[in-house]
Amino acid sequence: MNFREYRIGSRMFGAAFAISMSITLLFPSFDLAASVVSEVGLDKQLTSGWDSGWQLSDPLLNGLNKPLKVLLRKDPKSGAPMEPVYAYVYPAGTTLPNGVNHTANLGHGVEELSVKEGRIKEARKEDGVVFLIKKSDKLLNFEDKPLAYMENATATKGWTPSEVLKQAADSDILHAGSGKTMFVREGCWWCHTLLPEQTQDWQVFGAPPMLGDFNGESPTAFGSDRKGPDLLHVGSRNASREWMMLHFFNPRLVQPHSIMPRFDYLWGEVDADGKKIDFKKWRSEYDEYREGKITTPPDVPMYAKDSEIRNLIDFVINLK
Amino acid sequence: MILKYLFGKNEAIPVGSAAIFFGFSSIMWFVIGTGLGSFNAAKLAFPDFVTGTEMFAFGHMRQVHVLAVIFGWISMAFAMAMMYITPILGNTRLWSEKLGLWNCMMWNISLLLGLSLLWMGVTSGREYSDFPWPLDLAVAAFITIPLAVNVWMTIIKRRTQGIYTTNWFFAAATFMLIIVFLVGNLPEYFHLTGLTEAYMTWWFAHNVLGLWITPVAAAIAYYVIPKVTGNPLYSHRIGHLHFWSIVVFYSTPAAHHLMSAPLPEWLKSFASVEGVLILVPAIAFVSNILLTMQGKWNMFVENLEVRFTVVGVLLAIPLNMQGGFQQTRSINWYIHGTGWMVAHAHLALLGFSTFLEAAAVYLGLQTLMKRKLYSLTLGNLHFWLLLIGFSTYWISMTIAGLIQGAGKIYEVPYIDVVIAEHPYMIARWLGGTMVFSSTLIWLYNMWMTAREGTVIPAGRMPHELAYER
Repeated sequence: MNFREYRIGSRMFGAAFAISMSITLLFPSFDLAASVVSEVGLDKQLTSGWDSGWQLSDPLLNGLNKPLKVLLRKDPKSGAPMEPVYAYVYPAGTTLPNGVNHTANLGHGVEELSVKEGRIKEARKEDGVVFLIKKSDKLLNFEDKPLAYMENATATKGWTPSEVLKQAADSDILHAGSGKTMFVREGCWWCHTLLPEQTQDWQVFGAPPMLGDFNGESPTAFGSDRKGPDLLHVGSRNASREWMMLHFFNPRLVQPHSIMPRFDYLWGEVDADGKKIDFKKWRSEYDEYREGKITTPPDVPMYAKDSEIRNLIDFVINLK
Repeated sequence: MILKYLFGKNEAIPVGSAAIFFGFSSIMWFVIGTGLGSFNAAKLAFPDFVTGTEMFAFGHMRQVHVLAVIFGWISMAFAMAMMYITPILGNTRLWSEKLGLWNCMMWNISLLLGLSLLWMGVTSGREYSDFPWPLDLAVAAFITIPLAVNVWMTIIKRRTQGIYTTNWFFAAATFMLIIVFLVGNLPEYFHLTGLTEAYMTWWFAHNVLGLWITPVAAAIAYYVIPKVTGNPLYSHRIGHLHFWSIVVFYSTPAAHHLMSAPLPEWLKSFASVEGVLILVPAIAFVSNILLTMQGKWNMFVENLEVRFTVVGVLLAIPLNMQGGFQQTRSINWYIHGTGWMVAHAHLALLGFSTFLEAAAVYLGLQTLMKRKLYSLTLGNLHFWLLLIGFSTYWISMTIAGLIQGAGKIYEVPYIDVVIAEHPYMIARWLGGTMVFSSTLIWLYNMWMTAREGTVIPAGRMPHELAYER
């Protein structure tokens, strides 16, 4: 590097590269860090937990270290009927959502309410926590509606995870957090976006997401490339578990032109009654049906309660 | 033999060993990457082709195809090019053949490990930066940093006064890749979430293309055309304009990949304008190389390396015309998230850059092994299968993308889009399979070159000898 030109060149290169990095990294990070989490964002964060991609607590992406979303119809303490409300149950040992440890992530207003009113700083991973989404008239969001914030119901109401789970029927417990892991692992997002576009997607796929809808979610997995419909609001269009079950087992059962892969392997070894699923037999019978030798396709086995497909269906149904 | 080299004295290793190992590794990864691509395309055309197994599900294989091609084929071919072009342009030896061989071995091992885990579904869930962070660190430590050190040291230890344009690009791109790789994966090390994570994902994806693949591929053309035709580069000044405008204009438009996400509007507008300015380096590059060809256009027909290079450069024209304008708001709303983008990505990686890398590997392996290419016929077959296969793919996916875009803006039921796209999915699979077969032919041809190619006399260059088969 003896030439003066190279010294000048190296410095020019450093300056050019540093300026472009500041504009593309530093300045946007100020703007994004200032965003205030919306109610949708709180729901997504509390539903999917700390992370849905690779993490030390779930190295093979089996859906571990995840909360449960529970529709509570009865008071967990007294057992008396109450106005149904969603509770986000973090059993003992489950990593708490991002906004609890990094409250600044919730954004101005929500942070203060969640800490002061919602007492989220008192949440303890070792004991397990039940979260609720509350709204406060003290502060309004940009639409002049009450601002939503996180509440640690274990601290404010004394609800423990085991009490809440005891009161809820299995059909009211959504394994949507583990389902998000399935969504990431199985690569659903290579073909299905979770991002209706701001231009022309409103009628079919629904409203596009807003600025605060992503705080604390990781990975967002909203995809870049569509080979199938957008799924952000799919649960509002079709909430039938039966349809989802048929469609995941073999999409051609309900949509003959679908190019979606079969996800029958997510059923695991056994069905809901604990009987071994004979996939080979099912496929050969299905082939006979397709060739017109028999008139009805074979029955799709009911999935077991703890199967991976249950998690995934819960996640998809929960996309309202 | 390989063990003797890995643990032996650096001086005892024959010149060019690292480049030869990188060259053959890159072709092997090209075979694997395009094979996976062809398999994936078959699944999109015929969804019941190999079904019911987790390992052969589309969602498990798509990212393996992408990363095998980027970090296996393209980047290893780049490493190959750097390990023989950088010393030649500095009139010296590679700084450390031993480091180069270790780099090659660890590169293959970490990539094999990373892709196997990815195939099992162990992913960070971020497009293009799919590896979980421990693997990202392995990639930085074993792939990008040793490569950069070898390139920089070779340039510093050069025995020429000036630094030729190609080496400017090599030195800067290896540096920028390290920065891009380490910074782009920050969300994983520090668990950054939400839109920050989404934006950083595309910041990485944009810059790994713009600051690594595009400049290094162009740098190869800056070497191959003057070297083989014997013409001096048309203009070093235009070369410098190309270099500086890549650094300034290509490093800034990352946000244009997220035009429909709720990012700050100033950022999207800024990115969009900067994105159009990509035409500055593009025009500088294409005109400089094509003008260098003056008086030697016969070699475009007669010489395989020149033909590969010039086709790569010509494909940069539609690539940058698309790239510059498709990200503006007025066009992006129509084609965002459609097959058009898939076609564009393949135009960049399988069209523009693959043709340039293939030229570098052809020329480098013949030069270093001192063997003339075994068969021009097989070389021609490789070229035409690759070109026709790629074109079939590109045209069919572009049409499919336009259909999908129309379906999107008129909001037709999505299944009708799937039905309308079906013939193009079959065409895409045929095109991809042609590309895959061409890579097999190439591997055979290079293997036979190593074994049976005519020995090139000392002091001669491969293109000075006539093809024999």
